[in-house]
Amino acid sequence: MPLEALNDFVVKFANVNGSGSASTNGMFAKAILRMGVPVAARNIFPSNIQGLPTWFEVRITEAGHLGRRGGVDLMVAMNPQTWDRDVAEIEAGGYLFYDSTKPLPPSKFREDITVLGVPLTAMCNAAYQLPRERQLFKNIIYVGALAALLDIEIGVIETLLSEQFAGKERLIKANVAALHMGRDYVAEHLSPLRLRVRRADKVGDRIYVEGNAAAALGAVYGGATVCAWYPITPSTSLAEAFTGYCEDLRIEPRTDKARYAIVQAEDEIASIGIVIGAGWNGARAFTATSGPGISLMTEFIGLSYFAEIPAVIFDVQRGGPSTGMPTRTQQADLLAAAYSGHGDSKHPLLLPADPGECFEMGSLAFDLADRLQTTIFVMLDLDIGMNEWLTKPFEWDDSRKLDRGKVMTYDDLEAGRDFGRYLEVDGDGIPYRTYPGTHPTKGGYFTRGTSRNPYARYSEEGSVYVGNMERLLRKFDTARGLVPAPIRRDAKRATRDGVIFFGSSTPAVHEALDALEHRGLHLDALRVRAYPFPDEVFAFVAAHDRIFVIEQNRDGQLRTLLINEGDIDPSRLTAVLHYDGTPITARFISSAVEALMTDRRQVPEAAE
Amino acid sequence: MTYITKPQLHHPKLAENALGYTRRDYEGSVSTLCAGCGHDSISAAIIQACYELDLPPHRIAKLSGIGCSSKTPDYFLGNSHGFNTVHGRMPSVLTGANLANRDLIYLGVSGDGDSASIGLGQFAHSIRRGVNMLYIVENNGVYGLTKGQFSATSDKGSKSKKGVINHDAGIDLVSLALQMGATFVARSFSGDKAQLVPLIKAALSHRGAAFIDCVSPCVQFNNHAGSTKSYDYVREHNEAVNRMDLIPHRDAITVDYAPGETVPVTQHDGSVLQLHKLAAHYDPSDRIGALAYLQSRQALGEIVTGLLFLDPEARDLHENLGTVSAPLNTLTERELTPGAAALAKLNASLR
Repeated sequence: MPLEALNDFVVKFANVNGSGSASTNGMFAKAILRMGVPVAARNIFPSNIQGLPTWFEVRITEAGHLGRRGGVDLMVAMNPQTWDRDVAEIEAGGYLFYDSTKPLPPSKFREDITVLGVPLTAMCNAAYQLPRERQLFKNIIYVGALAALLDIEIGVIETLLSEQFAGKERLIKANVAALHMGRDYVAEHLSPLRLRVRRADKVGDRIYVEGNAAAALGAVYGGATVCAWYPITPSTSLAEAFTGYCEDLRIEPRTDKARYAIVQAEDEIASIGIVIGAGWNGARAFTATSGPGISLMTEFIGLSYFAEIPAVIFDVQRGGPSTGMPTRTQQADLLAAAYSGHGDSKHPLLLPADPGECFEMGSLAFDLADRLQTTIFVMLDLDIGMNEWLTKPFEWDDSRKLDRGKVMTYDDLEAGRDFGRYLEVDGDGIPYRTYPGTHPTKGGYFTRGTSRNPYARYSEEGSVYVGNMERLLRKFDTARGLVPAPIRRDAKRATRDGVIFFGSSTPAVHEALDALEHRGLHLDALRVRAYPFPDEVFAFVAAHDRIFVIEQNRDGQLRTLLINEGDIDPSRLTAVLHYDGTPITARFISSAVEALMTDRRQVPEAAE
Repeated sequence: MTYITKPQLHHPKLAENALGYTRRDYEGSVSTLCAGCGHDSISAAIIQACYELDLPPHRIAKLSGIGCSSKTPDYFLGNSHGFNTVHGRMPSVLTGANLANRDLIYLGVSGDGDSASIGLGQFAHSIRRGVNMLYIVENNGVYGLTKGQFSATSDKGSKSKKGVINHDAGIDLVSLALQMGATFVARSFSGDKAQLVPLIKAALSHRGAAFIDCVSPCVQFNNHAGSTKSYDYVREHNEAVNRMDLIPHRDAITVDYAPGETVPVTQHDGSVLQLHKLAAHYDPSDRIGALAYLQSRQALGEIVTGLLFLDPEARDLHENLGTVSAPLNTLTERELTPGAAALAKLNASLR
């Protein structure tokens, strides 16, 4: 039986990189969104400019499940290199859409799927002369064909085309013609599928945006003025988005001068060096990078911890170690970031789950960095950073002030306030600082990465060193109360089982929890949003006998961090790990957790 | 990096500069370098230059990397903020500090290990960006703090204290700075204060990337026969191409030299460099000529000193980036946060 579904199915496009498919496929997704039906689209691309395989997965989900489901209902197979595995991935009863210009032997197909051939190449060759036109219009033709097959309103796509090519009438006309070519072919030769899209009202006022862009906008609203960066996938578009937003929003009226400074540095070491220099001198500064960049920045991050200099690092995580899988997603920098630097050091991490939180935490990070005088990490990943997600609209309270933390001014110094750069004053571990150039005779100090006394004078005295290190721990404890609290979701029934997770896994975990509940398996859930872990995290652990820690890395890094920081018995935390480089799916989570919960051998005795 | 503060007693009649500061107001902690170290002479020259220029000490930010030379910012300008950063990375930290507040004067102090080995990349890139700073390398050709290893500026064929001959080519930071686009390039000698102080004054008045390579003998590890960075060697092979006086813009210009030998050069801030030629045909406005001259003299074993290149019309990084005139670190939410209305528009464009 062919699959039947309304506003709830998965379409996957298999393309060749560099063929212009990503923007066309993105338009396909956006058309459905404009019909009021939520979508979750993910670009799965290679480290390559042209020629290697690339996929684009669009989940149509009226119910609003924005994580990956797992499985494919309709494969749009446009890449002969990956044909066999693409055909194999289709669900039983699913559909295969392909370019039928060249006949393929029956062995290339499957009995249990519906095959839809459209002679795209032949149609293009007949209609267009230029090779690039043949390629680009082929993409639009298949979108037209799919619209007819899936009942997508053609007028919505026409509107999107006219928005995309605004002011270029000739291009709009040509694209609309190609769109109609595909639609008309289907009307003449094929019939609509049992997978259908129908206009709904489930998108609401949500926006559709990449996490990198959202984080960059957060940096603008958070008052960042200095950005230093080095190109690295998947973080590059964050710095580029910051540049674009600044050009729009941060120009001084009348003079047309920039209220920001952006430097593309020679490497990641210089990037963080510039950030720390700017932070030392009282500007809000950040860099955007990925795992290999964190490795290079380690020495400076340690300096920022010990010399207490504000800095913000957006780490858009990718597959590691080493160069790893540069265009695939993982959550595998947690430990490297949390404990970055030699000697005893630790750094707060913010863990956004979607672009909305990338914006919020992107601006909050600068307040925290100034307040805590240390490096704050915002841990995105490729899935959130480089894919457009449906997310709640950005919000800003105009009465909000930037929290510049404890800074002594000229007037404070003039009034005779005692200034010790590393002096504990308020019992929260946070000392006061002065900006360079504040006062002719007071408040000057020498910053160094070597040990010094509370008045910033060089000292190798053991007790002085220990006193300072203990104060830094108190400061870290202060951070625990300032970072975003975890979000708890309780099962419908009282249970001693729980899950802990974070970041981009969130929508897939929620969907999996619903599925597990249907199967009679009830779990309380806690989404961790920051490190150092607030007390609620350990209260949740204490309140459950068996906890599954779901994350996208091999070694269970969140689990390790929880065990280490909370002194938790490791046997109480079971790792559920997905780290093949593709975003985690709801099906993976529900089946892994179900297997672990129902396998008696792995279930520890529940203490009542 | 001393914990000894200098006694504040001084002669009641010490001369004050235009700001009412004495020379002592530009001093720092007691140096912990070896007696006779060239670096201490450079610190003294910096103190003298800032005093003579009437600079408010707290408006100077002094940054350094790691090494003997990088310790020295503790020994001058005690009321200034200083930052002893990480090895070889002072240039990036200085760049960031400069971006945050364009109104301070930035003095980067580094050594040959810090700038020619671990930090060669950051040295080059900070200069090619035109960061408005004075970058001084206190160049002794040796690793002092780790006791006597060759540095990358050691000349090929020179001999270490232990008798080892250096077989690697030496890096000439002056040539590199010229190639990277530095707009003020000079070389001097820690033992020649009469030459060094005016160079520091002119470099501090320059807007753009100013670089001074200051040969500074290491009395402990590189002051023996066979070294090309010893006091004796440098004195014997020093070829000064010019002598210079810096005249602040408010002072009347007086010419001490015979006409035809002295070239006045006006800088951005109105100060005038009176450049007295010693080498007849040397032209410090010719970057390519300077490079060629340096190479030819170096081949003869001579150390060319003086003002080697100057572009008085230089642009700096802030100019290239088009930043506002107010220091970025003084901007508040009013200038920086676009507000809820702008966000509502952005939201609308993302649907």
